[in-house]
Parts: sequence; structure tokens; C-alpha cells
Amino acid sequence: MPVNYYIFLSIALFCIGIVGVLTRRNAIIIFMCIELMFNAVNLLLVAFSKMHHKAAIDAGSVATNVGSDGQIFVFFIMVVAAAEVSVGLAIIVMMYRNVHSVDVNFLNRLKH
Amino acid sequence: MNALLLSAILGVMMMFSSVLISQKSAARTIAIAGMLLLLIANIMDMQGIHFFRINTEGMMHFDRFALLFNSIAIFSILLYFILSSKDMEKVGGYYSEYFSLIFFILCGIILVTSFKSLLILFLGIEIISIPLYILTGAEKKNLRSNEASLKYFLLGAFSTGLMLMGIALIYGATATFNTTQLTVSEKPGVLMITGMILLLFSMSFKVSAAPFHFWTPDVYDGAPTVFTAFMATIVKVGVFIGFIRLFDESFGMLKPQWQIWVALITAATLFIGNITAVFQQSVKRMLAYSSIAQAGFMLLAVYAMNSEAKEGLLLYSAAYCLATIGIFSVLIKMTDYTFDAFNGLAKKEPIVAATLAIFLLSLAGIPLTVGFMAKFYMLEAAIATGKHLWLVIFAVLMAAVSVYYYFRVIQAMYFKDGQPNPMQISPSFKWTLVVLAGLIVLLGIFPNLLLNWFYF
Repeated sequence: MPVNYYIFLSIALFCIGIVGVLTRRNAIIIFMCIELMFNAVNLLLVAFSKMHHKAAIDAGSVATNVGSDGQIFVFFIMVVAAAEVSVGLAIIVMMYRNVHSVDVNFLNRLKH
Repeated sequence: MNALLLSAILGVMMMFSSVLISQKSAARTIAIAGMLLLLIANIMDMQGIHFFRINTEGMMHFDRFALLFNSIAIFSILLYFILSSKDMEKVGGYYSEYFSLIFFILCGIILVTSFKSLLILFLGIEIISIPLYILTGAEKKNLRSNEASLKYFLLGAFSTGLMLMGIALIYGATATFNTTQLTVSEKPGVLMITGMILLLFSMSFKVSAAPFHFWTPDVYDGAPTVFTAFMATIVKVGVFIGFIRLFDESFGMLKPQWQIWVALITAATLFIGNITAVFQQSVKRMLAYSSIAQAGFMLLAVYAMNSEAKEGLLLYSAAYCLATIGIFSVLIKMTDYTFDAFNGLAKKEPIVAATLAIFLLSLAGIPLTVGFMAKFYMLEAAIATGKHLWLVIFAVLMAAVSVYYYFRVIQAMYFKDGQPNPMQISPSFKWTLVVLAGLIVLLGIFPNLLLNWFYF
């Protein structure tokens, strides 16, 4: 399958994520949209990794590890995203305990 | 390398020390001693004495610039610990954990200042951000702290997403994460340009440059003041070093494409930071906007991107860190953060008021302080590019505006009567402030004391 399909799919997922972050008001859903953005990037990295790998093979290269760094990057993103989830959910729970809501419209006390 | 590994080890040590040691003063002593050790280790690294021999080729590169900045950062954290670490006790019950988080953030800063691969840049930014989300929300029962933490977290994660997309697109265009191999062609493709713009956006978000600054005042205002002092100074300039490295090494060849973008961001940041700071009623919020304004000046280094810019950024980071840490350490002692709370401080605490005046003069860029030399280097670097002279003129005008809101504090301290009620101020605190002020004046007269380290 050509790499274009993967690129379009992950750009579409990424845009859904951005629109979600900008329009939704529930902290958990905003958070899910951010995760969607991360996963769109993961997909794109893997697709590019395969594309570079194939390009190197077609060019007659014997080094078959071309493109593997893209997939290693994906693992790092997963680990960091997991760390971020644990901190983020703790913050959302802390917020919920105090105001009994996860609506980000509550976040306007600091304006003044 | 020395400082990076030792800082990680010390972070873990501080984490366990909370279980083993119940005395708060013991934890504080360990943290200060640890920071001193890191400073010595980092200076030894600059002299060519390496404790660890690990091959980091293609991932990290500890050059003179990064090491000198790390020394400045570690020294600033040391001063910050000496001045303000006692006040961390009031934030919450997890005293030594705060220290360990700060050690981990220092790891992130060292990664960001010495990366050679976009992977390390990403990891460094995240290692800085995740502990900062926790520190921002450290006052668990305080709604303002909660709100600041949630806001910082959501927007920070969003900007990380943008940065990752930028990195992925650049990877698609170049098949490498190594910063020195990124731009091979003079005519970049659409993937490269989009990726670069996304990276520019996310980095300007992290250093709170306009129009991505909107989170800064709220987060800095809501976070516990001790931790605002840390995140507004050392963290911010650390990310700036990463910013200038990224655009120098990776996108240096694409300078014609991004220079005008950075010029516009700089002008917007200077304008919004300075003009909004004029209308603030709270000193803490004024300092948040002033940090945006100072970020505008530091962006001039990214815009100019020549040898003067790198020297200037080092000097600026020292000037900005020293002065702002000093101001915040006094602000923490105040019970009330409005301008009126400083009325008559000069009569009650003459030494504190005098040193605070020196810090404010340094931030405003008055001669004989290091802030003046730092601004001078920045403007010189911007003039040396030979283009966009309007930006330099605009920056000077905005520096003149900044004098207004810094002098409001000085005016309140010296020319207004009032009954300020700061908390207990110990003699050692006063003498540390005097040393800090002396350092600012000394570097203002002989900036080469710092800059010579860059070359020798």
C-alpha cells in the first residue's frame, strides 16, 4: 500500500485530535484527544520508517536497519505518554476532589 | 555527562531520603550539598575531567556552550535552594520529593541543552515538563494551584503533540533524527517546512513567546510562588538554549525561511509582555508578564543566530536568572503580593530593599548591572544581522516601557509610606541577597568574567 494513505490517515487523526482539544470542554475528553494526537504521530513514524526502509532496499543498500530509529522513537513516545497519563489523571482527580467537576470552564478563577 | 548522571542519582537519593530521614533541615542540607557537588562536577567536566566514559555519539554532544550554560543553571539552582528552599516547607508535606523533582528537571535541562538528536530533545522537554506539572499543583487543597496545574498540563501536552508531529514530518523528509544531518538541500520540501514550523510553534509555546504565551500568566500566578521562581527562570532559559541549538544546527541553512517568522514572534512577544505588565496590580503577575517580555529579548538571539547571539544568550540567562530568583525570594517573604504591600519596605528592611532595587534595575537594563550588558549583547547581535532594523528600535522602545513597571516597585519601597509586614527575614538570607546583588554588579562591570569561560 502506498505511504500516502498512511500519511493522510494520520494527518486526519491528528486534526481530529486538535479540533477536539480546541472545542471540547471536558478535561478527560481533551486528554483523550491529546492521546489521539500522539498516536497519529506514532502511526506516521512507523509509516515513514517503512518507507525509508523500502527506499534504502530499492536503492541497493545492504544495510537493512535503515528506518529502524523511527520505530524506536515510537517506543519512547509510548513510554512518555504513559508517564504523562499517570500525572495528568492524578491532576484531574485532584481537581475533581475540590470542585466535583472536570469541566474546563471552571478554569477561570485565575483571570483576575 | 558528569552533571547529568549525578543529577539523576541525586534525584533518586532525595526520593529515598524522605523515607529514611524525617528532619526537614537534613533534607535541605543534602539537597544544597548535592547541588554544590553537581556544580563542581560540571566545572570539572569543562576542564576535561570526565567521571563517566559513555559513548553518546549521535545522541548528545557536550560542547563548551552547553557545559557553560549548565554551570550557570546549576549555580542558579544552588542560589535558589539557599534563598528559598526553606519556604518550600509551607507548600505541602512532601518536602524532599520537591527537591528530587527539581533534580530530575535539571536532568531534563541538561538533555535539552546538549542534544544531538531530536529524540533527546523530545525526552528532555518531557522530563522538564512532567515534574513541573506536579510542582505547579503541589498545593493540593488550593484551587488556584489545581487550576494552574491542569491548565499547564493540558496545554503542555498539546504543544508536545505539535512538537512530535513536527519531528515525525522532518523524519519523513530526511530519514534521520540527527540534528546535524537534517538539512542537506537548499530547497526544502513541504514536509520539512511544515515540520519546522510546528517545531517553531511548540518551542515558542515552551518558552512562552506570543502568541503562545496565554498560559504563562495564569500558570505562574496560580503555582506556589517558590516553584514559580524556579519555572520562570532556570527552566525557561534552559529551553531557550535548546531552542537556539535546534535552529542553529538543524535549520541553520533554512534561515531565510524562518527568520521573518521569528522576527514577528519576537516583536509580538516584546509588545504583549511589556504593555500588559504595565496594567498589573499584583507583583507576582507583573513578574509573569515581565518573564514574557524578557523572553522576547532572548528571542532576539534566536533571530540573530550568530556568535554574538550565543554569548549574549549566556549572559542574558545569567542576568535574568540571578535577578529574578532574587526578586522572587523576597516576594515569597511578603504576605501580600500587591504593589502596595511594598510601601515603606526601605525603612523597615533597608538591606533587602536596596538589593531588590538592584535586581529590578538589572531586569530593566540600567547600566552598571549585568542586565544592561545582556541587553547590549542582544541588540548588538540583532544589528549584526544587518536586516530588520525596525526590530532593534522596537526592542529598545519596549525596554523603555519596561522601566515603568519595574520602577513602580522601587517607588513603592522608597517613596511611599506604609507598614509592610514581611515574614521573618534571617541575617543569612540578607547576606545571600547582598552576595547576589554584588554578583550582578560585578558581572555588569566585567561581563568577560563569565564569557571568558566560553573560550578557555
